[in-house]
Amino acid sequence: MPKRDVRWLSGLLGVLVWGAAIVITGVFIALVGDLAWHGMPRLSWAFMTTAPSNAGRDGGIGPILVSTLLILLVCLAACVPIGLGTAVFLAEFSPAASVFGRLIRRSLDVLAGVPSIVFGLFGNAFFCQTLGLGFSIASGGLTLACMVLPILIRSTEEGFRAVPNDYRLSSAALGFTRGATLRHLLLPAAVPGLIVGTVLGIGRAVAETAALIFTSGYADRMPESLLDSGRALSLHIFDLSMNVAGGDANAYGASLTLVLLLLAINGAAAWMAERWLHRRIMIT
Amino acid sequence: MCRRPASDTLLVWVLRGCAAAACATLVLIGAFLVYETLPVLRHEGLGVFFRSDGWVPSEHLYGLMPMLVGTLLVMAGAVLVATPLGLLSAVFCHFYAPRRLVTPYRRLIELLAGIPSVVYGFWGLMVLVPAINNIRPPGASLLAGIVVLTIMILPTIALMADASFAAVPRASIAAAYALGLDKVGLLRAAVFPAAKSGLFTGLILETGRATGETMAVIMVCGNIVQMPKSLFDPVRTLTANIALEMSFAMNDHRSALFASGLLLIILIIALVAVAEWISREPVHA
Repeated sequence: MPKRDVRWLSGLLGVLVWGAAIVITGVFIALVGDLAWHGMPRLSWAFMTTAPSNAGRDGGIGPILVSTLLILLVCLAACVPIGLGTAVFLAEFSPAASVFGRLIRRSLDVLAGVPSIVFGLFGNAFFCQTLGLGFSIASGGLTLACMVLPILIRSTEEGFRAVPNDYRLSSAALGFTRGATLRHLLLPAAVPGLIVGTVLGIGRAVAETAALIFTSGYADRMPESLLDSGRALSLHIFDLSMNVAGGDANAYGASLTLVLLLLAINGAAAWMAERWLHRRIMIT
Repeated sequence: MCRRPASDTLLVWVLRGCAAAACATLVLIGAFLVYETLPVLRHEGLGVFFRSDGWVPSEHLYGLMPMLVGTLLVMAGAVLVATPLGLLSAVFCHFYAPRRLVTPYRRLIELLAGIPSVVYGFWGLMVLVPAINNIRPPGASLLAGIVVLTIMILPTIALMADASFAAVPRASIAAAYALGLDKVGLLRAAVFPAAKSGLFTGLILETGRATGETMAVIMVCGNIVQMPKSLFDPVRTLTANIALEMSFAMNDHRSALFASGLLLIILIIALVAVAEWISREPVHA
């Protein structure tokens, strides 16, 4: 290739690369700036604690934050034990080549790729109808648990893999049972992985909307039990902006709240992963 | 091997139970989708989804084709725009950005990755749709969907590319510089070949996200069931169709919505299968 051509290409690449970086930064500023500009005036203690009124046009998001928290608790209560058990099994008790282990890993990969709306369909058919939980916080939380499971397991498993093999060998040489090794040596050493996975899972669950539309329902009053319908924060934003004319101002307030909440959650996960696991995580 | 204590046998079975439960989730999802799809197949047959007389559930017309086309167009548009932008963004991080800018720029991309899809959709609805409406009404359109989805999946490919560039051996980069290659030559000869499999995984990941996304798309696409003739026409995607109609659907109508869910999963599994066939190694979607 003649020299002049190469120089021309190199210049073009430079322009494109800088152009892309500037466009991306610009979009980011436009998006976050718009949210902050319109959302900031809404944020107040009263907005966080009062109930929505007039279909959400007025009032705050108090009961909605409570519902979101309850959905999250149900989700964690269901997926942390199962996720931890599966991760221990995959990391400590199944050889990499075993058929059962491979099968589980494969299905977790597929599960991670299932669109959230399909989790919603499944949750509606299984938890709401077959198990008879109806539109409720319990149904929504359990549906999210299925969705969060793959992330939680992958991160926890990595926590176990980071434990040096010497621990296992020395404890076997001392005649510990595998149960005792797990309880006294491996679990304490793998706790960071579990916590990072859980926080990542919380982030995923709080951001989720589509899986909740027809599992946890739309009711915006204060939930009285886990079998009550409860509206999650993300669903509140969707409802206000799509179905309620004049709900935009409060939708901005709710959006900014959600973004700040996720910023804190994801930031905590990234910070802990870097500090404890000495690796960077990707929040995608 | 010596005999296992009873407590260990119990432990192993409990752990196997957990693993089986995790695995069962996927089986249950598949089983319920198929089971709920059966009624409409029994009453109307498979052909009903491919007929061209539209989606009118009250008249037993369940043509899914316009929505499948909508899904594919929005996905293809977003992937086509986001992939080059994401690659350029990763190249910026590694080879162009001044040292002081690298970390803030990465944080910015990570922040974008953490914004939930409903907020992207909301921003699109408030800012983008009115802007497009000024150019050509109605504003809520295929174009709006592509733009919002592009911004949403951009961090996925940008971060994946960033990570796979970081894994390129320093020695090959140093060797390329030593040979006197400029940045174009460096990327073509050293960086892209070494990072190929990571980039490919990123591509599959973003395509999967774009195909399955509901909220960002439902809020800006206009949701009219039709074959779009231009970028400014409203479209409805498969995911939006499920979210919009599930709350009041009964009997065959409900069953047809489960069929579109099944179609979505099949699309994504096919995507991963094709990807694995091309790369000849497991792809983690």
